[in-house]
Amino acid sequence: MNAALTTASIASASELAELELAARQIRFKLVEMSHAAGTPHLGSAMSCVDILVAAYWRVLKLHADQPNDPNRDRFILSKGHAATALYATLATRGFFPTEWLDTFAKHRSPLAEQPAPGCAPGVELATGSLGHGLPVGVGMALAARIQKRDYRVFVVMSDGECNEGTVWEAAMFAPGQKLEKLCVVIDYNKWQATGRSNEIMALPSLVEKWRAFGWNASEVDGHDLGALIRAISRVPDGSGKPVAIIAHTVKGKGVSFMEDDNNWHYRIPKAEEVAAAKKELGLA
Amino acid sequence: MRNAFAKAITALAKQDERIVLLSGDIGNRLFDDFKAACPERFFNCGVAEANMIGMAAGMAMSGLRPVCYTITPFVTYRCLEQIRVDVCYHHVPVMIVGTGAGLSYASLGATHHSCEEMGMLRLLPDMTVLAPADSHEVSAALKAALQQAKPVFMRIGKKGEPQVHQAEPAFQIGKAIVLREGKDACLLSTGTMLPEAMAAAEALGADGISTQVVSFHTVKPLDDALLADVFQRCQVVATVEEHSVLGGLGGSVAEWLADHPTVRAKLLRFGTRDEFLHETCEQEEAREHFGLTASAIADRVKSALA
Repeated sequence: MNAALTTASIASASELAELELAARQIRFKLVEMSHAAGTPHLGSAMSCVDILVAAYWRVLKLHADQPNDPNRDRFILSKGHAATALYATLATRGFFPTEWLDTFAKHRSPLAEQPAPGCAPGVELATGSLGHGLPVGVGMALAARIQKRDYRVFVVMSDGECNEGTVWEAAMFAPGQKLEKLCVVIDYNKWQATGRSNEIMALPSLVEKWRAFGWNASEVDGHDLGALIRAISRVPDGSGKPVAIIAHTVKGKGVSFMEDDNNWHYRIPKAEEVAAAKKELGLA
Repeated sequence: MRNAFAKAITALAKQDERIVLLSGDIGNRLFDDFKAACPERFFNCGVAEANMIGMAAGMAMSGLRPVCYTITPFVTYRCLEQIRVDVCYHHVPVMIVGTGAGLSYASLGATHHSCEEMGMLRLLPDMTVLAPADSHEVSAALKAALQQAKPVFMRIGKKGEPQVHQAEPAFQIGKAIVLREGKDACLLSTGTMLPEAMAAAEALGADGISTQVVSFHTVKPLDDALLADVFQRCQVVATVEEHSVLGGLGGSVAEWLADHPTVRAKLLRFGTRDEFLHETCEQEEAREHFGLTASAIADRVKSALA
């Protein structure tokens, strides 16, 4: 594949249709992977697919054949429990064979339920314990400055992840360093493992929190690919501030019986549900 | 020791532009020379140690050699999971330096004591654990640590500790330094307890007990060859540390002994007990409380030999 990805211009209608199809195909892959491997976190993976598609198809300066290029943009999926979304995205973009996805979570597969260090080309960080991606991403952004490289660092976190204190330690540190090539995208699907994220902790207003911490924070429909591309590709935006994008999403997005139903944090789809999902995603 | 660290890290950073110093809002003026020489490679990370370790890991993944520095409990207990996941699991060369280790800050209370951290950190796969004895060993250990591309933890004292070495010793990680030969007893000292161990050996020698003293500066990996030698030759081998007898040098050697049941010597462990120190006191009194003085060490070794 041609993985020479360039900074996005605004995508045309036909390009958006192509990306939207890719997102539906990835979503179905996630359903299949969860079913085949018997692994949970399907709802969490489904909710961040459009963010990954926008980033990997239109924004990131990354070459699949040079996954360790020191000048590449860094993308960290800090919500490691959504690993299937990252694996399926990377495979589709040519970082590794799509056949690897069929081995997901099986004995000796490179693709564990949550990513291990260096497990597959394109995976920047072993995640799974929440609240690690942003501090590491800040370190990578500082390294770029020290080494005079001009790559950007993107960190995708979940809303539940914002419970972790390290998120706010890093959130306070990065603007102090004027790390304008750092971007956080929050997959704000309003659920965490066992309840409503806005109720378990006083999360609202998330955008105001990031703004108050010194970030250029904005809100976007996390399933509008055009809006996501516009939001993510403005990094750095010249303000001297890191960028925070609060992406409003729906957990389980794309399959009606999974959408906004938190049982799908842990539930595993049965064969008939896989077939129903395929139909709903327009792929049957 | 902290001044020796500041001097050595500054000299090394001038030669190696990968070295970055991260401080957890500590060392007022201590790093002025570093900041003047390498301003773009010094970060005061604030009172946010978990973030400091994560950032250091991100830097190390990008080819830098970060060194994180603050008071020992905060750069170890506070951020243990970041050390485990971001540093050790990714096997990246982050160096963690804990100042005021053990009972150095006895008077500040147990929040500032660190008598468990070597045990915690040595359990982490890939971690090296160093406890140099004086400022000469601090400089030597720092150089050796930065030469290996692995996670390293080093605990040091604060300032004004007595010197044992006349100059920087030849230093190899995992290879203990013999300071005094002996055949009856052997004191394996780690960290700043070395002067007490030397004095204890002196006292034992005066009583006709030939006592070897070793600066056992590397708690992980253990110097297997030296342990095999002294446990075979001596009647008593004692570990001496300003750390709990659980999990640190004494704990490590006890585990080693379990794997080497045929050796001759008996093991004694000098360290802090399994308790918090609630007394208000200075370091010397704290050492007395835990039997970590030359005379207490000499007395117990003598009884064990009797």
